[in-house]
Amino acid sequence: MVITTLAFYLFALTAVASAILVIVSRNPVHSVLWLILTFFMSAGLFVLMGAEFLAMLLMIVYVGAVAVLFLFVVMMLDVDFATLRGGIAQYLPLGLLIGLILIMELGLVFGHWIFSENAPDLRAAVTPIPEEVENTAALGQLIYTDYIYLFQAAGLILFVAMIGAIVLTMRHRPNVKRQNILDQIYRDPGEAVEMKDVKPGQGI
Amino acid sequence: MQFMIDTFGLYFGTFLFILGQCLLLLVLVLVALAFLMYADRKIWAAVQMRKGPNVVGAFGLLQSFADFIKYIVKEVIVPAGSDKVIFFLAPMISFVLACIVWAVMPFNEGWVISDINVGILYIFAISSLEVYGVIMGGWASNSKYAFLGSLRSAAQMISYEVSIGLIIVGVLISTGSLNLTAIVMAQDGNYGLLSWYWLPHLPMVVLFFVSALAETNRPPFDLPEAESELVAGYQVEYSSTPFLLFMIGELMAVVFMCALITVLFFGGWLSPIPGLPDGVFWMVAKILFFFFLFAMVKALVPRFRYDQLMRLGWKVFLPMSLGWVVLVAAFAQYGVPGYARWAVGG
Repeated sequence: MVITTLAFYLFALTAVASAILVIVSRNPVHSVLWLILTFFMSAGLFVLMGAEFLAMLLMIVYVGAVAVLFLFVVMMLDVDFATLRGGIAQYLPLGLLIGLILIMELGLVFGHWIFSENAPDLRAAVTPIPEEVENTAALGQLIYTDYIYLFQAAGLILFVAMIGAIVLTMRHRPNVKRQNILDQIYRDPGEAVEMKDVKPGQGI
Repeated sequence: MQFMIDTFGLYFGTFLFILGQCLLLLVLVLVALAFLMYADRKIWAAVQMRKGPNVVGAFGLLQSFADFIKYIVKEVIVPAGSDKVIFFLAPMISFVLACIVWAVMPFNEGWVISDINVGILYIFAISSLEVYGVIMGGWASNSKYAFLGSLRSAAQMISYEVSIGLIIVGVLISTGSLNLTAIVMAQDGNYGLLSWYWLPHLPMVVLFFVSALAETNRPPFDLPEAESELVAGYQVEYSSTPFLLFMIGELMAVVFMCALITVLFFGGWLSPIPGLPDGVFWMVAKILFFFFLFAMVKALVPRFRYDQLMRLGWKVFLPMSLGWVVLVAAFAQYGVPGYARWAVGG
């Protein structure tokens, strides 16, 4: 237990510290890197809670895919962040107000956190017994067997959103030369290349 | 392990035991790596009818160690205007990730440092992190060549990770478990060689091998460091030990991919002929065989063009592996022999 507790504080403190550094650091690329560290530490916390599948998924999806995209975009952007920061005094009151409202909402929610009497029973009815199935299999049963239609509906919505984004941003430019790989593969050297026997000292 | 616990107490003893295991595995892998690097060069040379390294030690066997010392004692050059912390962090990340991924690789029944339930996901998570070493190295170098190289490399690694993931899903559907030991045990049958996964999953073995080449930036997909176009990709500005770390990390990933193919499709430590004892010998022999294939591909196949590489990844491999997942799921559901092995592996 000692090691688990130590690991918890290590992960938790690093996660909080790097989360703060995300918003404090001056260089946007550093911000993204700190964000990645935060994700990583959260994955560690998941492992400590015994949710190893979620931890690995967090690493694969957020660290391995989403954050890489962030990093790409931030590296390619040529934005002068010093000028963006110039207006900080102007936006500070608004930001503080939004932060305050969020904190108040969180406080209200957690201050009046009451379980419905039926909730534990309802949840126990669908949750597989931890002794019988392992973590990952239990999650699979829940998502793909018990709640398959809801899960698929959520997937469909995301799919539509993705196609929508592609449709909105796609432009057909008529004057672009495109490469057709099949054409290139099926080119016949006999038609494309002509062999000439050139005698020394003569031109073609 | 009991001895360690008795001597040093429960926590410290266990800690020391695990530390010892890690060090042992790491030293073995690194020493093997030195000779594999030598083998790689020798095979390449043999194909081109050259002699290859033959000066240091008998038959040049100690060449890798001489190279190692040379890299260590050279001067570390830091480019002006580079982001120093990230510049040195990048090769370390590359190297450390390549090392820690071995933690879940079983070499024999029970010969594994961490036998976790989500072993294959762990491997996938760590190898999706490996792209950071490349991006950070390219960005921190403050050089256009390095940056362009890192972008190409990162795009390539991400593209092929997708198809590798889907190919692995097929194997997972067959096994019904994400544990690597369970995957190997599920391939244990009465027909030796023929009961391994390569037979039912044959098209995916080829796809996996090619994707592994692309994922590890090996020729013919070594676009990131294409000498004639991009100098050396994201590693341009690196010298001495940081460069060595990048190189070891890359080679270690190659060997790991060989081990992964062995475990997923070729039965890990199971013996190919029924009757012969299973054991770590077979595992090592199979890894060496696939490393030989990697080396031969490097020597024989000309480099791909970058747009063809991307097309191959997204328009050929991705639909094929996706279709295969659906097929395997259907086969497993309707009990086609060889596809559903939950009872054995479970």
